[in-house]
Amino acid sequence: MTHSLHRFGQPEDLAGDYIVFAMPAQGVDPESAIRTEKEFLRRSLRHQPVNLGDAKKGGWFQPQKNLGPGVHWRRNTEPKPELVIDGVDAPGIVAAVFDRYEAMEAFVEELRELDLGVSINISALADRAATCCRACGITRHSVEYSLGFLGKTEKLPEKEILELATMCGHGTVSFGLAEKMMDRVRSGRMTPKAAARTLARFCVCSIFNPARAEEILSGKRKRG
Amino acid sequence: MKIDPRLCVECANCVAVCPMSAIHIDPEIRRAVVDEDECVECFACYRGMSSENLNPMLIRLARRTLGLFRFRFDPEPDGCPTAAIVPQELEWPRSIRRVFSDVLMTHEGTGILGRGTEEVKTNDVTGRLGPGFAGFVVELGRPSVGARFYDIEKVSRALAAVGVIFEEKNPITGLMTDVSEGALDPEVLDEKVMSAIIEFRTPLEGTDAVLQVLEGVAREIDTVMAVGVAARCGEDGQNDLESMLPALGYPIVRAKTNLGLGRAEVIS
Ligand code: SF4
Ligand code: SF4
Repeated sequence: MTHSLHRFGQPEDLAGDYIVFAMPAQGVDPESAIRTEKEFLRRSLRHQPVNLGDAKKGGWFQPQKNLGPGVHWRRNTEPKPELVIDGVDAPGIVAAVFDRYEAMEAFVEELRELDLGVSINISALADRAATCCRACGITRHSVEYSLGFLGKTEKLPEKEILELATMCGHGTVSFGLAEKMMDRVRSGRMTPKAAARTLARFCVCSIFNPARAEEILSGKRKRG
Repeated sequence: MKIDPRLCVECANCVAVCPMSAIHIDPEIRRAVVDEDECVECFACYRGMSSENLNPMLIRLARRTLGLFRFRFDPEPDGCPTAAIVPQELEWPRSIRRVFSDVLMTHEGTGILGRGTEEVKTNDVTGRLGPGFAGFVVELGRPSVGARFYDIEKVSRALAAVGVIFEEKNPITGLMTDVSEGALDPEVLDEKVMSAIIEFRTPLEGTDAVLQVLEGVAREIDTVMAVGVAARCGEDGQNDLESMLPALGYPIVRAKTNLGLGRAEVIS
């Protein structure tokens, strides 16, 4: 899985986008892996993540199957971290997403001290991850670089749509929905926050960065 | 995936949600329909959409009435208001679509969710990518274009011709009938998936040759591919790709960094 690797964007736009994830290797005692993953998620909450998730169960923004007709007036779309943490019941990938370098670095520092014993990865701008490792006294073990997209790239949509959709590496945030959310925000029918959360609900692994999405959707950020 | 015409109220929400643009509203029957050949069974519509569980008869009546006054029925954009989307039983070879497209399907060969393997994410524990090698991860169909296995095979054959070492546990390697030629099971060639990952190793000095092969075969496929390459760092935390890639015309921007905090002894 390369689910977090190929996020599209200019380096200056990607500077607000950091994923830290934990993954036990196969063969690890399941009970201890579950405990470790819960601890990882719980500790991340001290550092103001913008998303949190368990790739097997979903994240703190999830589809809601039991909405009623009153939903248009009172839909609860607030993050639900306890849902994610309590829901971890099998070893897998758990992730926390940050929109600030400082928050990510502080979390990584805490992880180093905690010494959980599972593999920890940072998916972000390569130089920021390297800086973080130096600051925390960590020697990088392996690095996988994104070389971007080849082939029929004319099939890809405009930059902003691509930036939004590639925040879900499994492709379940569609270009169509990203475009629809852009239109709704532009026409004043949705707030950037509501639109960003709508997109986030489709990313099962919860590595989607709603804070970055909000900036893209608001059209306020400096375009790269 | 199917849409139950008794429940669908043609709100068109699922049309935008489908990553493969496989759903459209049929104006004759006034219902959403799925183009089965384009659908990759990713379950983004069925699982990803919320539902208001509304009564379809009432909604159709409300829509007609509101329409008279130029008002419009506007359900939540991420929901199917009537839960009209229903999965279907999948038989071979169509079942391969879901294996490669539904995030929550665990692949038999890898034992993990998704389309690839653990790659370097657990390299600190498994040591699967050793010093002196470049570990490539080439994902066909990503982002959100989708890929047919005949295109995936074009790439795997081109790579086999330059002698790469395919990752044994990778699902695409598992579909190969002849690994030395990169040939895939002919039964799946016309099937479409959201994306599929070809994973292989080559000595670091072969990186340039592999990239040239990929650039060449990229012109022959009717989809896109996302390319990643990994290396193990030395004791100083550095690796050779860092200087090699920019020199080959690939600037370093994003990466996944394994921090080396995993321990092999926790494996039972
Ligand atoms: S979202 Fe549901 S009701 Fe709306 S068009 Fe699609 S299947 Fe029909
Ligand atoms: S399963 Fe995926 S590809 Fe098929 S109709 Fe639903 S969203 Fe589209």
